[in-house]
Amino acid sequence: MKPIVTPEEAVKEIKDGSSIMIGGFGGSGDMPTNLILALSKTKTKNLTIISNTGGLPGFGLIQNQLPPINHDILIKNKQVSKIISSFPVSPSPSLKNALEDIYKEENIKIELIPQGTLAEKIRAGGAGIRAFYTPTGVNSFPSENKEIRLFNEHKYLLEEWLQADFSFIRAHKADTLGNLINKGTSKNFNPLMATASNVTIVEAEEIVKPDQLQPEQINTPGIFVNKLVRRD
Amino acid sequence: MKEKLNRETIAMRIAKEIPNNSYVNLGIGIPTLVSQFTRTEQNIIYHSENGVLNYGSLAELGREDPDLINAGGQFLKPTIGMSFFNSADAFGMIRGGHIDISVLGALQISERGDLANWMIPERGIGNIGGAMDLATGAKRLIIAMEHTDKNNNPKIVRRCSYPLTVSECVNLIVTDLCVISVESEGLIVKEIAPGWNKDEIQNLTEAKLLFDNNITEITL
Repeated sequence: MKPIVTPEEAVKEIKDGSSIMIGGFGGSGDMPTNLILALSKTKTKNLTIISNTGGLPGFGLIQNQLPPINHDILIKNKQVSKIISSFPVSPSPSLKNALEDIYKEENIKIELIPQGTLAEKIRAGGAGIRAFYTPTGVNSFPSENKEIRLFNEHKYLLEEWLQADFSFIRAHKADTLGNLINKGTSKNFNPLMATASNVTIVEAEEIVKPDQLQPEQINTPGIFVNKLVRRD
Repeated sequence: MKEKLNRETIAMRIAKEIPNNSYVNLGIGIPTLVSQFTRTEQNIIYHSENGVLNYGSLAELGREDPDLINAGGQFLKPTIGMSFFNSADAFGMIRGGHIDISVLGALQISERGDLANWMIPERGIGNIGGAMDLATGAKRLIIAMEHTDKNNNPKIVRRCSYPLTVSECVNLIVTDLCVISVESEGLIVKEIAPGWNKDEIQNLTEAKLLFDNNITEITL
């Protein structure tokens, strides 16, 4: 059985300097918003955030609804010293997010990673694969200071795994053993990040008994999960 | 000013390039519009890198589901035959060579077919997203863009001055003025927009263009 806790209790053990993977592509349906909100109310600083975006308030916005909460709020609060992301800033230079506004003056380090490499680094981190070769990024910025190796006369770049102290994962249904189901397009980085962190905290709409989930539909098995939070 | 093709017409011309039964990924901007101009009976399967295959039309206003979006943040209509998967699988499809066609926008393209589309140096920061994986992994890369930038500077250049996304990756460029095939001998103009001639197009292009012997007017 996995402990069911409040968002505030769940984020208590996060310390200054912790690294946190935050699941979701960037929209409102797929992000663990209550965990992010609870973390924003703590005094933690110097966090490293690993997430697809750098916090885009306008992404996947439904008309007449409030912008979804995401890690933009942690950046605004000056709790973050490093972001690892494939899409750190707004697509439009005229609609800046908090990161673009303050990264220079706050000295926030931004590590830009191609989205497929980011996903694969996290998958590798969860699967114990220390590094892998990929053609993505050869002859461009990802290849700076990295080993390039030829296979059949084609260049490949050595990319290392990515792991984190914590992950915030969004699910729609969880059972008390930590087995998870995501709806629709809300899988994205969630099942991967759950495998690659020391402490995986899940925010789920429903937490049910194990006999309530169809085993075939589980996309994240409970072995990867440490704590459950019920989403309001 | 002579008339150039509008964004929809560029998308319509690209739709002609997509064979039946293809798996296709569309980038944001003009590429997104391409799916409006392919027909259901062509059985084209659209992929989006946030983890969906076989999305069709967009959700109607008021029926948006936050758990049903594409990578551009558009809300999708539930469609028979859709499948959902995580980001490693979504990019396994791209990086593993399973996507037939990727359509992307561009800031600059060089005469060797290098693509620069992720950062304007003056901004100092940019997004790479899935562009680098798509331009590396898709079997065929088509670029949809305006021939020149807002200040009428050429976007098709000898060498990209903007940071590169991927070198020597572009197969076909469709602009508001012409259709260019990137081949080993260089950039070959195959079709020209109605009312435009070779010299006018070369004057708006920094790279040296070659013109196909059988050059035609763009047809849709």
